[in-house]
Amino acid sequence: MSLFLIAALPFIGAVFPALLIRAGRNAAASAAGLTTLLAFIGLMLHIPAVFRGETVFAAVDWLPGLGLNAHFFLDGLGFLFAAMILGIGLLIILYARYYLSREDPMGQFYSYLLLFQGAMVGIVLSDNILLLLVFWELTSLSSFLLIGYWKHLPEGRQGARMALTVTGSGGLAMIAGMLMLGHIAGSYDLSIILQNKDAIQSSDLYLPALILILLGAFTKSAQFPFHFWLPHAMAAPTPVSAYLHSATMVKAGLFLMARLWPVLAGTPEWFYIVATTGLVTMLLGAVIALFKDDLKALLAFSTVSHLGLITMLLGFGTKIAAVAAVFHIINHATFKAALFMTAGIIDHEAGTRDIKRLGGLRHLMPVTFAIGTVAALSMAGIPPLNGFLSKEMMLEETAHTIWNGSHSVVPVLATVAALFSAAYSFRFIVHVFLGPRRADYPAQPHDPGTGMWIGPALLVVLVVLIGLASAKIAGPMVATAAAAVIGTETLPYYSLKLWHGLTPALYMSVAATIGGLTLLALHAPLQRTWNALPRPEAKPLFEALIGAFTRVSQSVTEGLHNGVLTRYAAIMITFTVAISYLAYRSGTLGAETRQIQDPGLLPVVGWFALVIATLFIVAKHRNRLLSLVLIGVVGLVVSLSFNYLSAPDLALTQISVEVVTIILMLLALNFMPKETPVETPALTRLRDGAIAVVAGLGAGGLIYALLMRDFAFPTISDFHLANSYKGGGGTNVVNVILVDFRGYDTFGEIIVLGIAAMVIFALTEAVLGSKVRAYLLNREPDLPQAGDAHPLMMVVATRVMMPLALMVAAYIFFRGHNLPGGGFIAGLIAAIAIIMQYMASGFSWAAERQRYPYHAIIGSGVLIAAATGMGAWFNGMPFLTSDFGYLHWPPLEEFEWATAALFDLGVFLAVVGAVLLALESLSRFAWQPGISSEHAMDINPARDEAAKTGTED
Amino acid sequence: MELLVASAVGILTAAGIYLILRRRSFPVILGLSLLTYAVNVFLFATGRLVTGAPPILNKYQEVAYTDPLPQALVLTAIVISFGMTAVVVMIALGAYLSSRDDGTAMPTETDGAGEDA
Repeated sequence: MSLFLIAALPFIGAVFPALLIRAGRNAAASAAGLTTLLAFIGLMLHIPAVFRGETVFAAVDWLPGLGLNAHFFLDGLGFLFAAMILGIGLLIILYARYYLSREDPMGQFYSYLLLFQGAMVGIVLSDNILLLLVFWELTSLSSFLLIGYWKHLPEGRQGARMALTVTGSGGLAMIAGMLMLGHIAGSYDLSIILQNKDAIQSSDLYLPALILILLGAFTKSAQFPFHFWLPHAMAAPTPVSAYLHSATMVKAGLFLMARLWPVLAGTPEWFYIVATTGLVTMLLGAVIALFKDDLKALLAFSTVSHLGLITMLLGFGTKIAAVAAVFHIINHATFKAALFMTAGIIDHEAGTRDIKRLGGLRHLMPVTFAIGTVAALSMAGIPPLNGFLSKEMMLEETAHTIWNGSHSVVPVLATVAALFSAAYSFRFIVHVFLGPRRADYPAQPHDPGTGMWIGPALLVVLVVLIGLASAKIAGPMVATAAAAVIGTETLPYYSLKLWHGLTPALYMSVAATIGGLTLLALHAPLQRTWNALPRPEAKPLFEALIGAFTRVSQSVTEGLHNGVLTRYAAIMITFTVAISYLAYRSGTLGAETRQIQDPGLLPVVGWFALVIATLFIVAKHRNRLLSLVLIGVVGLVVSLSFNYLSAPDLALTQISVEVVTIILMLLALNFMPKETPVETPALTRLRDGAIAVVAGLGAGGLIYALLMRDFAFPTISDFHLANSYKGGGGTNVVNVILVDFRGYDTFGEIIVLGIAAMVIFALTEAVLGSKVRAYLLNREPDLPQAGDAHPLMMVVATRVMMPLALMVAAYIFFRGHNLPGGGFIAGLIAAIAIIMQYMASGFSWAAERQRYPYHAIIGSGVLIAAATGMGAWFNGMPFLTSDFGYLHWPPLEEFEWATAALFDLGVFLAVVGAVLLALESLSRFAWQPGISSEHAMDINPARDEAAKTGTED
Repeated sequence: MELLVASAVGILTAAGIYLILRRRSFPVILGLSLLTYAVNVFLFATGRLVTGAPPILNKYQEVAYTDPLPQALVLTAIVISFGMTAVVVMIALGAYLSSRDDGTAMPTETDGAGEDA
């Protein structure tokens, strides 16, 4: 099966449980189980290749420009982890079916679980480290959902948040580290990075990259001092704990360290950071675990301890230690998953997982007792179980390790950790199962149904088999995976067997076991001492830290973003001016290459009109109507300037937009106060004025500098000028650019315009649907109204002008390809022609005669433009490729046809629709009962005449 | 001529920004309009100022043309800025009608403005 499919199957499968839950819990569980099984079988099909030492590849380029590609590969290490993830995943799916109660949303559970599983499989199969990072973040997110699965429990929510915060921020650090690593190696593909050991270790970036990557790995694998999230994640349902904390989530960090072992390990930095962290974590976790009364908390800290053990082995940097690490990864996954499930069974059947309230369960739950005892003995490192084997290997390695010149530090501390490890394992057995039967269990304990114990039982069988016949059962797997970790074909000599003779490790093991039993005997007084000791609690510290972060970010946010628009604008403008100044200071300005042109009289007159109008707007902006009039002057001068400066199309557009904008603002002003009060003190106005003047000087200075210099680079405009007629068939280059060269931009633009109009319409609907409507209906005009709302002369004039204006629009439209004009301008003119009817004859009169809703006009415009663009596909050309030709129908002159005209028709319709929809929406605010009269003209001599003679129709 | 255009852009920018920094929605809209003019003229002027050479191809003789590309960009910018102005006007109007207050600051929790709408 392709690696793609193996990685994708859990994600695909995640859909089914959520859907199938309506068909019952069994359907949801089977769907999850079947997809996992399928992926597992697919993985197993690769066994021959992987065990021959081959690497299976599957690659598709995703974003090669970024170095981000969907490259997957499967080697021994990836196979081991994928097998654990999918295999234990299957057992967990089965277990959870019986563990979760009727009230729990099981469909959701399996969906989350499969999402998580997919992300984990993605991590272990990724060849591309950027792809790996994506999956890495996905595990953080999906584990958040799983840990917080019991949403009603505050501990669940807090634990999930803590896990996400810690592993998520570690993930961020890791992104930076991975990018550095890829930068050094020159590729983001693991298979290439792993070849570049020397380049990486000699790089200056090695240490920063190492620390950042380790931050990611340590947070994920709960290494000291980031170990505190793991016990809090125990608020999750037990199947989640069993899955996340035995085989998957926390092993991801170990996986990463193992994966990058060939290139990162072997340096003193690696040894001291990784091995020391691992050693401290192992010791600390083991000590705390002994004093936990909650079964799951005990297992959580023991997990922390064992993760520390594996980290330490990887940190040693020797090949044989890496073999031991791989072996212990397998062993830990088997006994720890079994133990978690056992703890879940006890919790489920006895009603509590508090060790103090348990004891004597061996008669009541014999099956659970057998499973739990074997697994716990393996955890304690008792022969002949698999935990003993890897623990021996670990102790053997520590005996050869020199830490900062000392031969004894590591072996002694490791033995102490092993001692505590044995102690808490014995405690798990003795305080839960042995002892007298009690009368006060919260529930009547009994063995669960087969569905629940079969999973841990299978794992325990593995525990025993690996222990008894390790070379046969686990040997090939260990060898293949270890070879992948070490990165060479030749493995160091090791032997997976129970009896190695009287080695130092054996003495250490014996010491640990005896010490463990002693500690257990002394447990009660020790626990009292422990409880009396002051200990830092991680949760309040963490919460205080998060609280401090929240307060800081809140004060920054509120300082910048306090709801006052003026402040945002001022900050943004000042900042823009500042960085522009920085750019100006740090760059160089070339010499002036152009001459100032003599302006002549007309531009000077226009300039004066513009400047005076602008200054008056600023001075008189409190009088809103007056400033609207003045802004019209500015717009007029701007459009005349466009015309003067060889831009007739712009002049036409600007002047028609000017008209509709002013009408729009007038309409709005009708409902708003006509004056702006004085609110700001003179000093504030002075400050604003200063900001404005500096920004104005900057903008003016910049364009002046630009105008006095020729283009620094060759312009692409020459291409447009040269090809406009040849390629686009039009002589108006601006229009050809709009409908042809840059047609896609224009297409996007009319869509945006349409959306803007729809937004206005929607806002109108919302406002008019609220309490505002009552206000508007009862509103008294604040200014005197015209005596004659629809004056005779105006009505008559606009009706006469309507066809003329539309004809002008048609004319402008058709000539657009070759002379100034086109769809935009024609659309604006047509819109103005219709607006005139609204203004003269009234909203109701015009609305009655309006046959097509403006939404439809916008839509048809966009669709016509799109259809024209798609027409090019039928000629095998890309979207929006235009075509044109010439026709000659006597006695007409030769004329041109172009598909671009059809596109321009779409533009035309979209503009008409958008402008009219916007204005019509605003006009609807003015509607009041009785506003519509049956006559278009209030005073109509013909009607008066008719009334006199009584012949009105 | 360059000086006239550059100073006009500067003055329009300054006036626009000053009005944007006011506390009521209507002057802010006016300011946005002025700033729009400034930006459009600025973009247009990046094609340099040329008189009497519109980019309309002459089939019969070789003549100089001004740069058509900024013109095409500005043309769409003008139309889009209408759309933007219309949306902003609508939002301002809706906000004013809902709270009977055309200030641009969010009402703070204490003054309770906007509660009586």
